[in-house]
Amino acid sequence: MDAFFGYIVREPMVVLQLTGQHIILTLVTVGISIAIALPLGILITRYQRLSFLVIGFSNLGQTIPSLAILGLLIPLLGIGFKPALAALVLRAMLPIVINTYVGIVGIEPSVIEAARGMGMRDRQLLTIVELPLALPVVMAGVRTATVMSISIATLAALIGAGGLGDLIFRGIAMVDGPMLMAGAIPTALLAILADLLLGRMEIGLTPMGIRV
Amino acid sequence: MGYILSHADQVLVLTMEHLQVTAVAVILAVVAGVPLGILVTRLRWLYPLVLGTAGVLYTIPSLALFAFLIPFLGLGVKPTILALILYSQLSIVRNTAVGINTVDRAIVEAARGMGMTNGQILRMVQLPLALPIVMAGVRTITVMDIGVATIAAYIGAGGLGVLIFRGIASLYPEQIIAGAAPVALLAVLADYLLARMESALRPKGVGR
Repeated sequence: MDAFFGYIVREPMVVLQLTGQHIILTLVTVGISIAIALPLGILITRYQRLSFLVIGFSNLGQTIPSLAILGLLIPLLGIGFKPALAALVLRAMLPIVINTYVGIVGIEPSVIEAARGMGMRDRQLLTIVELPLALPVVMAGVRTATVMSISIATLAALIGAGGLGDLIFRGIAMVDGPMLMAGAIPTALLAILADLLLGRMEIGLTPMGIRV
Repeated sequence: MGYILSHADQVLVLTMEHLQVTAVAVILAVVAGVPLGILVTRLRWLYPLVLGTAGVLYTIPSLALFAFLIPFLGLGVKPTILALILYSQLSIVRNTAVGINTVDRAIVEAARGMGMTNGQILRMVQLPLALPIVMAGVRTITVMDIGVATIAAYIGAGGLGVLIFRGIASLYPEQIIAGAAPVALLAVLADYLLARMESALRPKGVGR
């Protein structure tokens, strides 16, 4: 047991502090990602030509390994919290953009027609019909983005942004099993927990009328 | 670009290492995942159990998964390949099962009517029809593996991540780019090629 929990028991405050850093980095990332990706996703449903460009770029961006993105940003932004945040946002916003777009475009045309027929303006159509119906799909994107951010945030330790990756990297370098586990166990728990909670929210946010 | 040109040999060797680890992991993942996918279509009660486990494994951040395997397998290629196989099971098992389950009932009935045994139906009807979907899973995991293998350089598995980690440690941007650019290129290229294969493997008779 000591091999797994030894470090956590001995240094609970260190583990707690790094967990806090990890959560903050993830939350700020997801917050900024939503703030950028949601409007962008809505925008490209209005301009078809732009959508090809943005979706194509997003798909391409998702194939580029995150460590590569993190590394490539160092020459531009240096090291620390901010460059780590930039790399994370760059990656986390992609699934949200795609899902917002897909969520809105996938709404049945007759529903939109009906809303128009009731005399809704563009803005009303968006806020009363499109966004609520697209919300579960958007949330699925947020869930993907969150779990991914927790994962990439471990790498951010490498460029001095702290977080639980710190213990994993140091544990590997120093061949210190318990230290390794002190980073790995909370990281894995965070990811699994976030996935579970956001999965619940995804179901909870589905409008009553379209629940299966 | 200076580093890549002046260290072309090294970049090439690391690229080959990277491809090797990825290829072995993808092949083993398919060898393990496809039979498992077939199994869960036969024993339906296993489906949620297997998929649930694969889903949890998939959620665990890669650096943490490596960390969990190190006490048992040490450093190097072994924990890397096992981690990649574990990650891949969600895509491979799910896509195999979905591919088989979505084959039109009528087609299976027709095959049975022609006197095919269960094994023949699987080999001659269900698997060929499921192949494009399985291939889509292979494509997903290949791109993912190329990315995760980069991180595995830190636990001594070699590959292009070596240059990225070294470059970050010594704040040497050209070295980072020498690792990051080929990795990105590999991922994009693999995605493109496997997408091609995906459509080529679609049986002639199936639409689109």
